[in-house]
Amino acid sequence: MKIRTETGGTGTRAPARLYGVYRELVRNRTLLLMFLPVATLLLLFNYLPLAGLVIAFKNFDFQDGILGSAWAQPILNNFDYLLSSDSAYRAMRNTILLNALFIVVGLAFEVGLALMLNELRNKYFKRITQSVTFLPFFISWIVVGVFAFNLLNYESGAINRFLEWMGFSRIDFYSEAGLWPAILAIAVRWKVTGYGTIIYLAALTNVDNSYYEAAAIDGASRWQQTRYISIPMLKPTIMILTLLAVGRIMNADFGMFYAMVGDAALLFPTTDVIDTFVYRSLRKSGDIGMASAAGFTQSIVAFVLVLGSNYIARKVDRDSAIF
Amino acid sequence: MPSKKFSLGQTVIVALVSLFSLSCLFPFVMVIAGSVSSESDIVQHGYSIIPRSVSFDSYRILLLGSNRIVDAYVVSAIVTVAGTVLSLLVTSMGAYAMARRSFRYRNALSIYAIITILFNGGLVPWYIICVRYLELKDTMWAMILPPLANAFNMFLIRNFMMSMPDDLHESAKIDGAGEFRIYAQLVVPLAKPVLATIGLFVSLSYWNDWFLGLMFIDKQELQPLQLLLRTLVSNIEFLRTSNNAMDIQRIASQLPSQSLKMALTVVTIGPIIFLYPFLQRYFVKGLMVGAVKG
Repeated sequence: MKIRTETGGTGTRAPARLYGVYRELVRNRTLLLMFLPVATLLLLFNYLPLAGLVIAFKNFDFQDGILGSAWAQPILNNFDYLLSSDSAYRAMRNTILLNALFIVVGLAFEVGLALMLNELRNKYFKRITQSVTFLPFFISWIVVGVFAFNLLNYESGAINRFLEWMGFSRIDFYSEAGLWPAILAIAVRWKVTGYGTIIYLAALTNVDNSYYEAAAIDGASRWQQTRYISIPMLKPTIMILTLLAVGRIMNADFGMFYAMVGDAALLFPTTDVIDTFVYRSLRKSGDIGMASAAGFTQSIVAFVLVLGSNYIARKVDRDSAIF
Repeated sequence: MPSKKFSLGQTVIVALVSLFSLSCLFPFVMVIAGSVSSESDIVQHGYSIIPRSVSFDSYRILLLGSNRIVDAYVVSAIVTVAGTVLSLLVTSMGAYAMARRSFRYRNALSIYAIITILFNGGLVPWYIICVRYLELKDTMWAMILPPLANAFNMFLIRNFMMSMPDDLHESAKIDGAGEFRIYAQLVVPLAKPVLATIGLFVSLSYWNDWFLGLMFIDKQELQPLQLLLRTLVSNIEFLRTSNNAMDIQRIASQLPSQSLKMALTVVTIGPIIFLYPFLQRYFVKGLMVGAVKG
């Protein structure tokens, strides 16, 4: 312990301080060595791509690599190109609108289900329903896409069979773009409602029972207890989770869109989002300039939104902020 | 406090919750029923909850008829096991270095890790780095390495390790154990609960992953299971949207039967359903661990 206070003094000259740093590093070389694998992986897959954002300002050529490619002429050429594209604009609009829809519907379902589960008196029933609603969270979007196809396809889909049986005409879901915001919102709810409920349920079980007892003595009904005790108690959790979701509003869940919609171009007017747009520009049309400009814009906006929402979250409740 | 007075409300709630739960189960039941139905039943009557006649033909074809499906299963299994083991090893070692209070610059390590949570270079540079510089295209490593180091998981493990008393290290040090030995023989066994939880997170995400396969794998024999499922489904979607009669003819002859597709789905989600009791318990616990910041 004494050795450390010696080297940590503020009056030490620079060489001595450097020597102290060096000695601390040597002393902990095993720890540094243990951190090395993770450091290398993060460098390769997280830091290098950050540096690679520069591609957005280059005329990227695969042969020449990131450093070797010439700068774009003019420097914002890729962005000009992006701004002149209707489908890029459409992708931005869809991303924000669909995410906003998912946030609002999600809030209603998750808080609603948590409140209802909290009211259940039968413990077994509560446990079973919780298990069942949590199950879809664990399967991939690909499988959800298969499920959706089983329900929606024109020839043998369960919904179309049912419509026909009821005497209605069939609906060709995979060419009706207008229906897809609703279909996607339902799919998200089906998959993650059980998962999203857990945090709200935990918040509800933390509410002091004496509030309810006092309210009951004053003659409050169950509904009034929910309205004036449970919901206000959930307010901080609701605000934080919503804020964090708003911080991610520019980032669409690529897995969901690609698995549910895929290459069905007829549905793109309402379902093409930034992430699928970038993917197609990169892998299908090979338009790396456009893809990188869209990705760059998304990264910057997402970064500002995450910092902003986290800043507000910290104002609301210090412990809920991510950092 | 709940009294009998509000049993009408209670009935409505039970009905709504039951309805939602059933709708969560419905697609699973439909797929399982479809996988044991005969092809002609599906074509004639569509999918149904109760199969009209039970046949296990699709599973037989799945196991014997197609190398592609067995290959995909093996690829997914290898990626999941290797990815989980390596990820736990790498992140727990990193977490240990970040957690040791005797190391004065441990915060520098934490900052190095936290930056990767905050900043994201996006898909394009990431893809180019992986393909052009790391040459991961069409290798098994492409599906293992990119998500291996996860800063968020590392912080969860670090927080758990930091809750262990410092005396533990001191006494082991006095007994002459080096840092690595303390990590391997003392800290890892004590950190088992958090490692088990994160191991389940990680293995689930490796098993369910197809994005990496979609980005990097063009070779058929390296396709993971999820991607194979996706390929089969998209062929059918393509059939729906195509106006070319020739195309339809050509593809229809190669298409697997509907019930085979169902059987493949069942096989894909099988391990998850099987492990579900563990998954559920640990996931809820893990969520709570994550919610309590260190």
